[in-house]
Amino acid sequence: MIELVDVRKTFDDEKVVLKGISTVFESGKTNLIIGQSGSGKTVLMKCIVGLFEPTGGKILYHDRDFVSMTKSERMLLRREMGMIFQSAALFDSLSVLENVMFPLDMFSGENYKERRRRAQFCLDRVNLSDSGAKFPGEISGGMQKRVAIARAIALNPKYLFCDEPNSGLDPKTSLVIDELIHSITREFGTTTIINTHDMNSVMGIGEHIIYIYEGRKEWEGTKDQVMDSDNEKLNSFIFASDLFRKVKAANS
Amino acid sequence: MLFSSYLHALGRYLMLMGRVFSVPEKFVMYWKQYVKEMIKLGVDSIVIVLIVSFFIGAVICIQIKMNIESAWMPHWVSGYVTREIMLLEFSSSIMCLILSGKVGSNIATEIGTMRVTQQIDALEIMGVNSASYLILPKIAGMVTMMPLLVILSTCSGILGAYAAAYIGHILTPAHLTEGLQYDFRPWFFWMGVVKSLFFAFIITSVPAYYGYRVEGGSVEVGKASTDAVVASSMIVLFSDIFLTRLLS
Repeated sequence: MIELVDVRKTFDDEKVVLKGISTVFESGKTNLIIGQSGSGKTVLMKCIVGLFEPTGGKILYHDRDFVSMTKSERMLLRREMGMIFQSAALFDSLSVLENVMFPLDMFSGENYKERRRRAQFCLDRVNLSDSGAKFPGEISGGMQKRVAIARAIALNPKYLFCDEPNSGLDPKTSLVIDELIHSITREFGTTTIINTHDMNSVMGIGEHIIYIYEGRKEWEGTKDQVMDSDNEKLNSFIFASDLFRKVKAANS
Repeated sequence: MLFSSYLHALGRYLMLMGRVFSVPEKFVMYWKQYVKEMIKLGVDSIVIVLIVSFFIGAVICIQIKMNIESAWMPHWVSGYVTREIMLLEFSSSIMCLILSGKVGSNIATEIGTMRVTQQIDALEIMGVNSASYLILPKIAGMVTMMPLLVILSTCSGILGAYAAAYIGHILTPAHLTEGLQYDFRPWFFWMGVVKSLFFAFIITSVPAYYGYRVEGGSVEVGKASTDAVVASSMIVLFSDIFLTRLLS
């Protein structure tokens, strides 16, 4: 479980991006942060994982306050995290298998054979059993995202973060990635937070959704509640496209 | 204002170096990187060092013979001056200046690209000290390989001088040998090696700093690469004066 208590972020003492966000992300659920571009959702995600320092508030990982931790305490906590970046962020110089093995090589006390077996298991889990020898430049964007998922789950993380995992992918591949993240969350009981503005993801796997508008939490609920919400700002975001307006009309 | 920004940059550089020189998470992983960097930065630079030094050695020998040597000077002057220039300045300082272009742009571009493609963020999220993991093996690898490059450069320069003697027939090999052996002081060799160790640190750590701090995209990576080469070259030149004064 990750709890945010009044998280604020200001850049250069004047640009206020996050204006006090509080929520709880529960374990075993896919938690979605949604919002328009520039609403502050990426900054919020970076604050949660410690790539940005919040200006105020608390970020509690199972009641451990990340903000007040020392550098070495943070390093230890980070070994319980896995993250899938928008660009996949695979290491170019390493093969797919080596990318997945990297966190194991760095932090696992197991011998090479066991580390390799674990990496192969993770690759099998994302349906990339035969791609271990390839390099990131030789595989498609969707496959790169799947390798990133395999790398993120290699150390059995308690917390899984996904920054726009579907960006640049076709709808079919996006569904595969969403389903994969959702099933991994269920299977391993991770606290998963996904940063997205893909409405298919919202409707497909949004067990807990928070909508950020101009640095504030504007709305919070589940995918079922989204359809019936009377929040104007949320509705103008969710039902911006013709398709979703028709879906809503059909539902009502 | 300019002084203040330089001071800020120095502060950030020193803070980065503080992170670089910290205890590795897993020594074996760093060792693998160290070996890779020795090959990439050191071994892969051998050919260019040999070629440049060979021709410069030949040219120095020809220039001294044609333009400086006269009836008033002993016939060993060309060999003597060639050896002293190669040992004292070219193989240590000028070679590092040349390598700062090759090695410096390579390091700044590599780390800068890793920054803009979020690979450094990925390392940080995993709990890896990215500064140390990426930069320490490069510094250690280059500092290890640099004395070898200096020795190879000096040898190649002297071979170039012999080539000028044998092929160009501008002086006899015997006169060249006499000059090369005349009044040899071993400390001059060590001075070049010591200087090169400092320069190796500069031409790896300064570009790494520029690459690590990149924000933006490919344009910023390109700018960081150029800035890194300019800055490390300038620092090599300035520190050359102080080191030469200190060690002479």
